[in-house]
Order: sequence, then structure tokens, then C-alpha cells
Amino acid sequence: MDDIKVNQNPKLGSMDRPNSYIGRSLPRENAKKHLEGGGQFVDDLVLPRMLHVAFLRSPFAHAEMKSINVEVAKTSPGVFDVYTAKEIDEYCKPWVGTLGHLGEMRSPEQTPLAEKIVRWQGEPIAVVIANNRAQAEDALEVIEVDWEEKDAQVDMETALDDNAVVIHPELGNNLFWTRTVNQGDVNQAFKASHAVVETTLDFARHTGVTLESRGIVADWNKAEGKITIYHNGQAPHMMQHIIAKHLEVNEGLVRIVSRDVGGSFGIKVHVYPDEMAAAAISKKLGRPIKFIADRLESFTTDIHARCHKISGKLGVDKKGKILAMEINDLSGIGPFSMYPRTSAIETNQVLNLSGAPYIIPNYKAVGTVVFQNKTPMCQYRAVGHPIAVAITEALVDKAATKIGINLHEIRKKNFIPDNAYPNKTPSGVPLEDLSHQASMDKLLNMMNIDDIEKQKESNLAKGVLTGYGVIAMCEVTNPSPLFYGVGGAHISSQDGASIRLEGSGAIHLSSSITEQGQGTEAIMKQIAADQLGVSMDSVRVTLGDTDATPYGGGTWASRGAGIGGEAVLKAARTLKENILDIAAAIMQTDKNSLDVENNTVIRKNGGEGITLQQLAETVYYRGHELPKGTNPELLATASFLIEGIPFVFTNSAMGCKISIDQDTGIVKIDKFWAVEDCGTQINPKLVEEQIKGGVIQGIGGALFEECVYDDQGNMQNATMADYLVPMAYEMPDIIVDHVTTNSGRSIIGAKGAGEAGTGGAPAVIMNAINNALNQLGKEVVSQPITPEKILKALGKI
Amino acid sequence: MSAKNSVNISFSVNGENFDDVTVPTRQHLADYLRSQGLTGTHLGCEQGACGACTIELDGVAVRSCLVLASQANGSSITTVEGFDDEIMEKVKNNFLKHNAFQCGFCSPGMLMTTKEIISSKKKLSRDEIRAEISGNYCRCTGYQSIVDAIEESINEIN
Repeated sequence: MDDIKVNQNPKLGSMDRPNSYIGRSLPRENAKKHLEGGGQFVDDLVLPRMLHVAFLRSPFAHAEMKSINVEVAKTSPGVFDVYTAKEIDEYCKPWVGTLGHLGEMRSPEQTPLAEKIVRWQGEPIAVVIANNRAQAEDALEVIEVDWEEKDAQVDMETALDDNAVVIHPELGNNLFWTRTVNQGDVNQAFKASHAVVETTLDFARHTGVTLESRGIVADWNKAEGKITIYHNGQAPHMMQHIIAKHLEVNEGLVRIVSRDVGGSFGIKVHVYPDEMAAAAISKKLGRPIKFIADRLESFTTDIHARCHKISGKLGVDKKGKILAMEINDLSGIGPFSMYPRTSAIETNQVLNLSGAPYIIPNYKAVGTVVFQNKTPMCQYRAVGHPIAVAITEALVDKAATKIGINLHEIRKKNFIPDNAYPNKTPSGVPLEDLSHQASMDKLLNMMNIDDIEKQKESNLAKGVLTGYGVIAMCEVTNPSPLFYGVGGAHISSQDGASIRLEGSGAIHLSSSITEQGQGTEAIMKQIAADQLGVSMDSVRVTLGDTDATPYGGGTWASRGAGIGGEAVLKAARTLKENILDIAAAIMQTDKNSLDVENNTVIRKNGGEGITLQQLAETVYYRGHELPKGTNPELLATASFLIEGIPFVFTNSAMGCKISIDQDTGIVKIDKFWAVEDCGTQINPKLVEEQIKGGVIQGIGGALFEECVYDDQGNMQNATMADYLVPMAYEMPDIIVDHVTTNSGRSIIGAKGAGEAGTGGAPAVIMNAINNALNQLGKEVVSQPITPEKILKALGKI
Repeated sequence: MSAKNSVNISFSVNGENFDDVTVPTRQHLADYLRSQGLTGTHLGCEQGACGACTIELDGVAVRSCLVLASQANGSSITTVEGFDDEIMEKVKNNFLKHNAFQCGFCSPGMLMTTKEIISSKKKLSRDEIRAEISGNYCRCTGYQSIVDAIEESINEIN
């Protein structure tokens, strides 16, 4: 990916000036450690007197523990102790996964270890503490449990039936949360429609499969009353609050350190029982405790995502103008709502986002979220987007086909025009600074649909089913306090940056945004160096340590560049002003005649300048040389948050061409195109990588990935050999381009870019497959779209 | 550790001799290497499916989670920490240039597989490169940038 060719944002100055780094595809020099084996992941950490834990987990989806005997396990070689719920509960208060701003949510208290009833296969019930993980696992084998199996409520579709197994009897039924959105009058509008189309889509559960599993090293220091948690999470300050609250430690004495994180995708932003247990054990024993999930534990205890069945209906007039849309979504979240973000948000996003690119005057959406005896489900990359985009775009395709207009024409006819923002989604959520028209035009130029139509025809004659899809979507990024904070969660929507000039002339920057590989550190450096007028290699960055960074939300919902980046920009601008004030005093000249270039304060009209090192040495070591009253502040801190709207939306258009082997049902993705409008691109290469990686994750959900359960609630494919993820051979090259509409909410103008690929690919793949199958009058309505489902649709099996 | 549960072996890692060291008989090689501070070798699945723990054992790329440490007796091992020759420097520079990694967890294994590809001296097409690395899982990149980096490395080196 090349650098941005033209100035993408006038507020950032010319790209021709020295030290212009915003908009350039600079390599991540700081990340080279990963190519040397020098990353520092949680499992790489060894502390003195550290003990390891392994958990005994429920083999059943729903059962009662009649008794448990850990005495033999306690005598197993290398074992320090074995605990059940009773011992852990003393050191960790229970939590509840509900929020207050979205109507009534009902989820019971959850403790680190289940005491009597287990509600999903994989729920922890006992923990062995031993000298190493192998010895801890040995001891698990000799814990005796007397189980009484109970009927499991596995199927979400029967969870609210009269004869359903009620997972939490105190709640009366399995309903967690429900919401209805009603704008206009859909019934009237459907009556007035020229054509009404309907469909029902299924989305299987899948999960994040981060290559590095979840992990924690908890280190309680009794002498200081302080706990340090090394954790591969995404939101250190959120975890600081959680640990303080539930372990009853002064929050100021909780330090969370997130060093290198081996992929997260939302999986690692939640509170997990086993991690809380590990922290509690450290506090109980006063020793460092390490827990690293193995792959089986990852599959059965990392949050799952999706698990939706959604029906939808779209009414259009005879020219294809959309008059009404109605959706009804059902989702199953396992036996508990996850803490602290809740498991309502995916469904909430489905309701918010469906139909978002289009003018739809009448809109009704109902979401129902139920408990079931499966692994807890919660927010994973592109929360809700795949479902919202797939149902919308499937209906739009159906309507186009029904009234006989092109797939792209119907979209263009219904887009909110690029010049009509601010605007709102059909559900009423504010939208700003989007470009569906320009993005679709760009996509169509890249795709050459006339040519694809010809190929479709000629391939059909040869027995090959070729199809294509085009979709448009909105992507939730840069959330404001209206996302979580308003509901009572201690999740910061504000982020901070602190930047200082050091005595050596080096710049040190710290930010509350964290790095999981997206390139946070690189873009922060680019923004700071660009705004200060210094070289990239003079900036050093600290992230992921609550003792060392400003307070803030961390990395999730594609908020790093747009929120954290703006804080860096503001802090860097303040520091530059301070530097120029001091330089003006030292150089006995007007501040406005000075600037900073290449680590030197220069006189704009020529003449000798002073280096930042010289300036810093004067301030720090020879302050007596400064004129009296000079402000010696070479440290600046700034914060930023989005105000007044829930999110800053990004938009995206995607297209793909696929072909189907009618004998095997295998889908080949011939081409995939994506156009993204994320506003200012700080590092275009890194943006492109977010799109490409995101698309492949979306293709995984569309074609391969599924947590398969039997009807007793046993997960059937909890290994990396059985759970299919996208591997290199099946994946296409992806062609990415951009439209740039800066966000008016910030100087930097950046919107997020991490969700669209994963949110949009399932829709465009499904539409392309159905575009191919429609030639034979067939369709698929269930993801992942496996070869088996295609062969069934084709009537071959 | 009682005698029957351990075994004494000798081997070399990145040119450093490990003479007559005691290893648990059931310990896999990845766990042993990591226990010695060679934490560049990562564990993703411990069943040979993800490729993160790939190392070079006597010139062959193997999954170190599927090799017992005791099986390495008499062997010469290279891990990612030992990639300092000119060829691997070029490969690493291409990985950096193309951003052929995000979180970096798969990179040691991916580099090891790349080393084997480069050693084969074959000019591979992009599809063939994709086939060669199809035993190494990467969740972040979507693979395209990795293929770019390997393609450029093949062109540059072979």
C-alpha cells in the first residue's frame, strides 16, 4: 500500500513538510521483536515462587454436583492445594452481567467456580494449584465428583417454550433481554408496497480462536497490599476496576500490565471465571499464580459469538424504493450474560444497524435474547454486524430480483445520499460523515459487473455456477459514553495520552490504548512525530500498564486511532507550544517566528536554531539560564472522548465473485473487493491490513466456522483439527480501496476500520452464493455455508 | 523427579550445547525450550494443528509440540532466536516491509516454514506459497501480506 497521495485532511497540514508521517505506510519498526522471538506474552513470564493452576471443568452442559472429593488430589505430586467454590468465594465477590440503560436485563450472580449446579460444558468447579501445569493436570484426574445429570436447554428456539428447561429457576423462564424498535408504521407501509420479500437466516455459533490463548499471571504483594496482574487483555483500566471491586483491593493498588497480546478480537475484553479465580488465589496465598488456557479450554470457555436466527421482511415500491423493513432476531447466549459488557449488545447492534445505509421510513425490529446450556456468548469482532448486514442485504437482493432491477441500482436508489448527513439509521441512531454513494461507485468501477455477468452466463453453460454480490454497510466505531458508561459499567470511553521531551531530546509517549497487533504503537508514534516535528526513531511508546499510562478505555470497538490518536495529537500540539514558548525565551525572539523540524527549533526566516536536546538540557540541567518566569513544562497530557452521539460510524462497500463446484459443493472465492471510508488514514498499510484480516475472519464465519453441539450440549469439535478456521490455501487476495470522508468530531478525522471486513464479508459471500444458486432457483439461508448445505440446496444429497 | 520419569540427553540449540540435561520423559520439546527461556517458540494448540511451535530439528521443520524433548537427544535445533544468517535477515525484513504479521504470535512458526520454502530453492507461485503455509494458522493478517513477503523473499534470494 502506498502513502496517501493527496492531503487527506487539511486540519493536519501539508504532507510536503518535514516529519510528515500521518498518511504514510511506514513499517512497524517497533514490532520487529516478533520476528526475533522477542515478544513478551503472558506465558513467557516467570516470577519467583510462581505456582500454576489447572481447572476441573464440568463435563456436562447441565448437572448437579452431589459431592466432590479433592482429598486424593491434594496428595498428588507437586500439588500445593486444591480449592472449590467455598475457598475462592472468600476472596472474590460475585458479579452480575447486566447494564441499566437498555431496559430490564436478568442474569443471576456468577462466581469464579460453580458451587453446586453447572450450566455449561467447561464451567470450572475446582482448581488445582501446583508447581507446574502438568502436575496440576495430573491431580485433576483424581478429583472425584458425584454428578447428577440434568436435562439441558440447548436449543435457543425452544428456550421460551412452556416445557423448556429453566436454567435459572429463580427467573421463572429463560428470557435474558428483549427490545423492540418501532419507527413509523410498518404494517401500513407493507400494505402500500408494490412488492414484499421475506427471508429467515441462521448464524451458527463461532468463536475468536486467538492463536495466543487467554492467560493471566496474578501477583499479590502482601507487604504493599498491592496486586499486579499480567493479563493479555484489551482494557487494562476496566480490569483494574474489576479486580479492585471483586477482590476488595484499593483500586489504586491494582496494577494491570498488558504486554504483547497474541490476538484478541473482542475475546479478551471480558471477565472470565478462571482468570478471576487465579487472581483470588494469588491474594489468598500471597504468591504469583499463572493460568494459561489450553486449546480445549479456549474452545469451551472463550466467549462464543453470533448464534442468531433472524427473519426479515422488506417492502418496496415499483421502482425499488424501500418503504418498510421488519426484522425479528433470536439469539442464545449461554447460561449467563457476560460481565461487565453484558451479552445483550450483539442483539442490540443487530437492531441498531439493520438497514443502516438506506432511507427506510418505516422500521420495526424485535430482538429476543435467551439463556441456554452452552458456552457464554458475547461481543466478538464486528459485534452484530454480520447478522444485521446479511439480513439487510439478502432482503435488498431479493427485492431487486423480484422487481427486476440490478443489484447495485436498488442500493443506489435507496442510499442516504452522501450530502444528506447528519442523518439517522432506520432505528434512529445518529449518522455522520458517510459516503455510501461514492464508495459503491468506486466498488463498481473496480468490479466490472458487466464482465462478471457475461462470465456467469458462459460458466453456466459449462456447468459451473458463478455468482457475485455487492453490499453496503455501516460499521460501529469510536464509541461514546452512551455505549457502556451510561449503563453503569466502569468502562472508560475517554482515552488519554501523555507526551514528554526528555533530557536526551527523546520523546516519550504513553497512551491508554493497547496493542494487540493492529499497530497502535506505530500510529501513535506517527501522530506524535508528525505533530511535534521530530523523527520517528526519537519517539518511544509505553502502552498497557495502568501504573504508567493515562487513564482510558483501551482497545475495542475500533477506537484506538479515532479516540486515542486524537488524544496523542492534542498532547503533542500542547507540548510543541510549550517547546516554542521556551525556545522563544532562550532565543530571545517571537514565538511565531519559530517552528520545530527534524528535532530542532528553527527560525522560519533562517538563522541558527537550537536542537530539542539543547533545549531540554537547558530546561532540565541549567534552568537558571532561563528568563525568570519561564514555564519549564515539557510534559503534556490530553484526553479525548466522543460527545453527543453514540458512535462515529464508518461505511464500507464490498463485492465478491465466487464459483461453486456442483459436484462437491465447494465454494471458491474468485475475487473479493472492499472499499472502506474510515476518514483519515494514519497508516494506510495498517488500515488495509485491518480490512484484509477482517474480511478473512468474516469469510471464516460465512463458510467454515461453527461450534458444533450435540443435543445434550456437548461441544463436538473443540480442537483446532476439527473446528475449521481459514487457512492460507483457501483464501483469496483481497483488493482494497478507500473513500475519505473525515469525521467532523475530531481534528484527526479518523474513524475506525477494524470491524467492516468481519461484519460485511458474511453478507457479500452469502449474496454471491445465492446469486449463483438462483440460476437454478435455489438458495442457502444458513451460515456457515458448508459444502453439505450447498449440496442439499442443489438437491444432490 | 524420580529416575524413571526423567531422562538425560544432549543436544544443541542455536549453536549452544545442552550437555547431559535432565528432562521429564513426558515433556514435549516446545515446553522444554520455553522452560529454558527460549520463549520465541509459541504454543497455540499443542496438537500439531496451528504451526506456531514449528522449529528446525536437524534441518527439518517440525512441530515442537509433537516431539518429546527426549527425542531430541543428539540433535541440532534451530529456533526463531537463532535466525541470524543473511538469508533469514532478508526474510525478516520482507515480513516487516509487508507487515506480514500483526500480533506476532504465529510469526516464529511462519518464519520457520518460510525458511523451509526458501531452502527448497523452488520458484513458487502465490497459490503454491499459500499451499506451503497452509499448516500455519494466522488469525490476524488474512495471509495475503505473508504471501507477499514470502513471494518477495523467494524472488530476492532464490
